[in-house]
Amino acid sequence: MIRYLIALVFGIAVGAAAFVALLYFNPFTAQDNISPINVGSNEVMYLTYSPVSSDSLIYTNNGEKRIRPHPEKVLQLWEAPVRRTAATAAVLYDGRGEMAGVGIKISSDSEATRLLNGQAMVDSIWHVYLPKRGTLFIEQNENYWSYLRDIVIPAYWSSADNWKGNWHGTITAGPGALGLGRVVGGSGEFAEFESSITESITARAYSVGQGPVSADAHLTIEIPLQADPAVVAED
Amino acid sequence: MIKTFVFGLVLGIAGAAAAVVFIPVVDQHREASIITVTPNGGNSETFHINVPMDRIMVGSPARRQPLPVGLQWPEDESLAELRSELFKVRNERDAVIGIASRMAAKDEVAGDVIEWVLHFPARGSMFVRMQSDAAGGGYRLGEIRTGSGEFRSYVGSVTERWVADTSGSEDAPAGRIELVSRFVGTGEEL
Repeated sequence: MIRYLIALVFGIAVGAAAFVALLYFNPFTAQDNISPINVGSNEVMYLTYSPVSSDSLIYTNNGEKRIRPHPEKVLQLWEAPVRRTAATAAVLYDGRGEMAGVGIKISSDSEATRLLNGQAMVDSIWHVYLPKRGTLFIEQNENYWSYLRDIVIPAYWSSADNWKGNWHGTITAGPGALGLGRVVGGSGEFAEFESSITESITARAYSVGQGPVSADAHLTIEIPLQADPAVVAED
Repeated sequence: MIKTFVFGLVLGIAGAAAAVVFIPVVDQHREASIITVTPNGGNSETFHINVPMDRIMVGSPARRQPLPVGLQWPEDESLAELRSELFKVRNERDAVIGIASRMAAKDEVAGDVIEWVLHFPARGSMFVRMQSDAAGGGYRLGEIRTGSGEFRSYVGSVTERWVADTSGSEDAPAGRIELVSRFVGTGEEL
């Protein structure tokens, strides 16, 4: 009788492990690393920032996650409705590496997360100020499944509790068509601006204790072609 | 015994699959919304920020004491006229329900900019452009430029007002920033 019970329990454990392995190695959940914006004909604007918390102006969460708030005395988001939310303020750099402005990113874990489909979703917004240009609001549904699978989980498996390598991936997965985020202008040259965006991460090192250690994140904003008023008038 | 093992294997796969499908990975806590129907149609929701308790960040080169302590705001000349703030946002029951970003700037190209982004987890976000000049009664008016989630198709306005605390209580805030949103319809065509 005991032998049958052991066989049953062992079978359940192997079955559950096989399912988790299938979930983890599922080749159908790979994300595209090339954004449709990059292969389009429109102009693009690049903004870069560091997703490393200690490189940010501030980073805050509920204070219980591995990524520590920065600076140490920043107000933490411990109240129940915002416990699964993180906020960061970061300096944004342009394509030449010069300071382009400041951005606030607020991200909340999404109830649209479906691990079976390879979706570890986060709803995020950006509030961006670019001096002498204007302001932008950015809305994204982000999918961190590839990031978790390729970086975070291997870091936990590593005996040194870290991951090192060279990983690049697009995290934007909506809400627009083709998995693009939405950009709406607020003022200045962007006052009536509406366009699309993708955010990608280039990671080089991750620590279980600190989160991202060396990484860059890139915002690629499509600048739609504007019709020449003279040509429109002729038509 | 092999049959028992295979039965266990199938049970393990089915159990793990059921757990992944039916147990929510993310289950956000929701405070019940306090929404008022206005007499002229549409609806209204009031939020507030207790100052200074709910201030997460004040980014401004003009500020002598950085908030939070240790904040190193960039000393770039182009950001000299920017004041970027981050707050917790409360509902009428004084419960924290979201996070807000407020940016105020005097810009050569954009002019006087005052904007709010209000983010409510599991609900969505609102992007609000305020008028630079305050209206009568200490109010500042603004329009909802766009939104996400449940606010995506809303059309309406937001007012901002500073309300000083008059309770005299020792642990009372200095005052509160009151934000009242008024949704008058949706931008969707019928």
